[in-house]
Amino acid sequence: MPEIELERYELFEAPTYRFEPERNGFELERRDFFRFLGGGLVLLLALGDTASAQESGRGPAIRGDARPPELAAWLHIGEDGTITVYTGKVEVGQNIRTSLAQAVAEELRAPIGSVQFVLADTDLTPYDMGTFGSRTTPLMAPQMKKVGAAAREALIDLAAEKWKVDRTSVGVAGGKVNNIASGESVGFGELTRGQKLMKSVDGAAVTPPAEWKQEGTSAPKVNARAMVTGAHRFTSDLVRPNMQHGRVLRPTAFKAKLTSFDAREAGQMQDVLVVRDGDFVGAVAPDEMTLSKAVSAIKTEWTADPDPQPSNRELFDHLKKNAPQLPVQHGIEQGLQAADHKLDATYTVEYIAHVPLEPRAAVAEWNEGKLTVWTGTQRPWGVKSDLVEAFKIPEDRVRVIVPDTGSAYGGKHTGEAAIEAARLAKAANRPVKLIWTREEEFTWAYFRPAGVIDIRSGVSQDGLITAWQLDNYNSGPSAIETPYDIANHSAQFHPTDSPLRQGSYRGLAATANHFARESHMDDLAAAVGMDPFEFRMRNLKDARLRGVLEAATTAFGWMKARSEGAPPEPNHGVGLACGVEKGGYVATCVEISIVPADFLGAEVAPAPPRVRIDRVVTAFECGAVVNPEHLRNQIDGSVVMAIGGALFEAVEFASGRILNSRLASYRVPRFSDLPAIETVLVNRKDLPSAGAGETPIVGLAPAIGNAIFQATGTRIRSLPMAPKGFVKSL
Amino acid sequence: MELVVNRNRYRLVVDPARMLLWVLRDELELTGAKYGCGEGQCGACTVLIDGAPVRSCITRASAVAGKEITTIEGLELNGKLHPIQEAFLEADALQCGYCTPGMILSSVGLLKKTPQPSEPEIRRALQGNVCRCGTYPRIIAAVQMAAVQMAAGSPHA
Repeated sequence: MPEIELERYELFEAPTYRFEPERNGFELERRDFFRFLGGGLVLLLALGDTASAQESGRGPAIRGDARPPELAAWLHIGEDGTITVYTGKVEVGQNIRTSLAQAVAEELRAPIGSVQFVLADTDLTPYDMGTFGSRTTPLMAPQMKKVGAAAREALIDLAAEKWKVDRTSVGVAGGKVNNIASGESVGFGELTRGQKLMKSVDGAAVTPPAEWKQEGTSAPKVNARAMVTGAHRFTSDLVRPNMQHGRVLRPTAFKAKLTSFDAREAGQMQDVLVVRDGDFVGAVAPDEMTLSKAVSAIKTEWTADPDPQPSNRELFDHLKKNAPQLPVQHGIEQGLQAADHKLDATYTVEYIAHVPLEPRAAVAEWNEGKLTVWTGTQRPWGVKSDLVEAFKIPEDRVRVIVPDTGSAYGGKHTGEAAIEAARLAKAANRPVKLIWTREEEFTWAYFRPAGVIDIRSGVSQDGLITAWQLDNYNSGPSAIETPYDIANHSAQFHPTDSPLRQGSYRGLAATANHFARESHMDDLAAAVGMDPFEFRMRNLKDARLRGVLEAATTAFGWMKARSEGAPPEPNHGVGLACGVEKGGYVATCVEISIVPADFLGAEVAPAPPRVRIDRVVTAFECGAVVNPEHLRNQIDGSVVMAIGGALFEAVEFASGRILNSRLASYRVPRFSDLPAIETVLVNRKDLPSAGAGETPIVGLAPAIGNAIFQATGTRIRSLPMAPKGFVKSL
Repeated sequence: MELVVNRNRYRLVVDPARMLLWVLRDELELTGAKYGCGEGQCGACTVLIDGAPVRSCITRASAVAGKEITTIEGLELNGKLHPIQEAFLEADALQCGYCTPGMILSSVGLLKKTPQPSEPEIRRALQGNVCRCGTYPRIIAAVQMAAVQMAAGSPHA
């Protein structure tokens, strides 16, 4: 498997607020596993090499408290037989609570329902760098399997001792330990009762995909019932005794400075507390409406940043202009000389917003100098570290708990709401819940980076690409390297100055780089008069990528669609794209139509036609499939999310302000945008499982662009491609 | 004011201008209705008022006093899930689950008015509900499954 790229977009920012220090001098508290777990059997898994590799990110890792820092996970079988596994990963809808339970249940030969997971609680679970990069399945699941297998072996040892038999005559099946000779069987609880047994995991054999009984099946989402009944408590649903609601007063524009502040009126409102600490201004009130009134009653003046801030209009010039000159890499001139056709093209992508349906939220509570914060974040230990720094308190006085969260998509790596709720709770001396408004989420979170991508290439008349040079400004290096076999090629990422705060987004820059590359591939195919599928196959050796290309085009009926479409019927086209990222291989075929805009009334000038996506076929291969139904769900969801960034999503901004900071003005995909979606899973039981939450998103935009090109002859090189409808190029 | 929520009567002393969403969540601790946008654009706050889907984030509590309010918590009947809840489980029609209560209640409202909706009718009825995880195809399948179930007879229908 190719090495998985570490996160490149970590936000290396100074803390948002600087609060007055107030030092506490508590001793670190030693924690005894059995004190908080109770008796039974505990399996400890040491950090292997793969897990250590996770520990980059910013600054030194905060390990939580005094627990052994070298542990990756632990599993506890209680005296009543309950199996509880502790890991620092978070659940944001990608269904790892289910897939990791499958992994443990598989190894323990126990029903999935008997395995409980405690996720992302900095007091109870081992340190984890964060849940991103599609890494839970390739890196954490194998660890879960190891710890489950070790638990199974330990149970066999206990049973062999109990029955005074050789361990080869003990088996585990159906959540029970069996004496093969006598037919006797005992539950896990019976074996662990009265024990305080702690074992380290040392290489128990795990079950390979060919022998899977639980992994590889479509186990239903383990806590789905709580979701459909409203019983699940997201962070924003939590209630603590005497809890108040909090909100922060935001500056009028990015980088504006607070110059005048008058909270007399707000401060006189009943049960309202106004808090000011440097540039931090917030209020606490018993309910949402009082809070809104109080925040509006605080009178502030802000001075705009003296430096002009770019708007959308200057964005792409700004990105290129501010990129430091990098040394020229490998030259491609030789390849260009060998080419019969040369093509230079520039592609652009706008900033887009994650729009997690649950906005950032936190509940903070101070108790005798110890701070507990519940918050939806992908980096619980990162947020803990931010809190330690913001409040100058020892690490063991901060606990961060992440309830299963209302989605993230890479957008919740930070802990703004946690810090703000904690600051307000400290002032109010009561628990405070703070939920960002949608407008705050659209303005004060961070965005998928905008970018400019230049490609220079050459192709010979026989369809072989002779030269390829890609330069990416700002959007990022993910999937920047071409998977095609090209003799002279180079790819370079150019960091530059981003006008807006930017960070991770599902798939990172792989979407932008695939859009540029796969659009460009289509133009090269057209230049030599080859079918886009055949042209790709001609330049591609990678068997796994060829595999998904074949699977997608077969399911789609590519050859038939192309031959019927040549010459294409008016305003109708098909397109394809493919790629590899994070160990996942994807090929996407789409069919689109250019249709008249919806009727807007006689008064309104006729709107340009719109792009309707009729059909999408995705073939995806990520090694051995762990949960087919959840994998399909992730792929379908990626396709739907990709529609927005491909056709209409863009953050509009000017002079340090976001202009479309509401759902009424920032359009996200809805039911009306939904094409017919078909998904082909290529299951490779002979290969390790890779993550799948991100890569299926990368192929849609270029496939749509290629279909638009076939339908109209217009090549669109900017994302989104049709924010206000389809506009024919001149 | 008096609110009738999930067949229970509540007498509340609250500012009548408060939005129903926050009264449900903060006074009655019925947190199934979610805040998503505060402007009636995402549907996460959907509840039923006399059987019809309404955006509780832009509906004043006083405007629905005395009317029959149903939240996701009130959909279960005698310990049995509503056929739409069952269908959402069956179709795996969720990922993070944050939009789910609103999706389910909008679907209940649809099936009450149109027991056998066509696919375009389902899309139109749910157009105001956003699932950012993109489970729309599964939600359509779940509504279709529930329609079949309910036609076959169910205490909820």
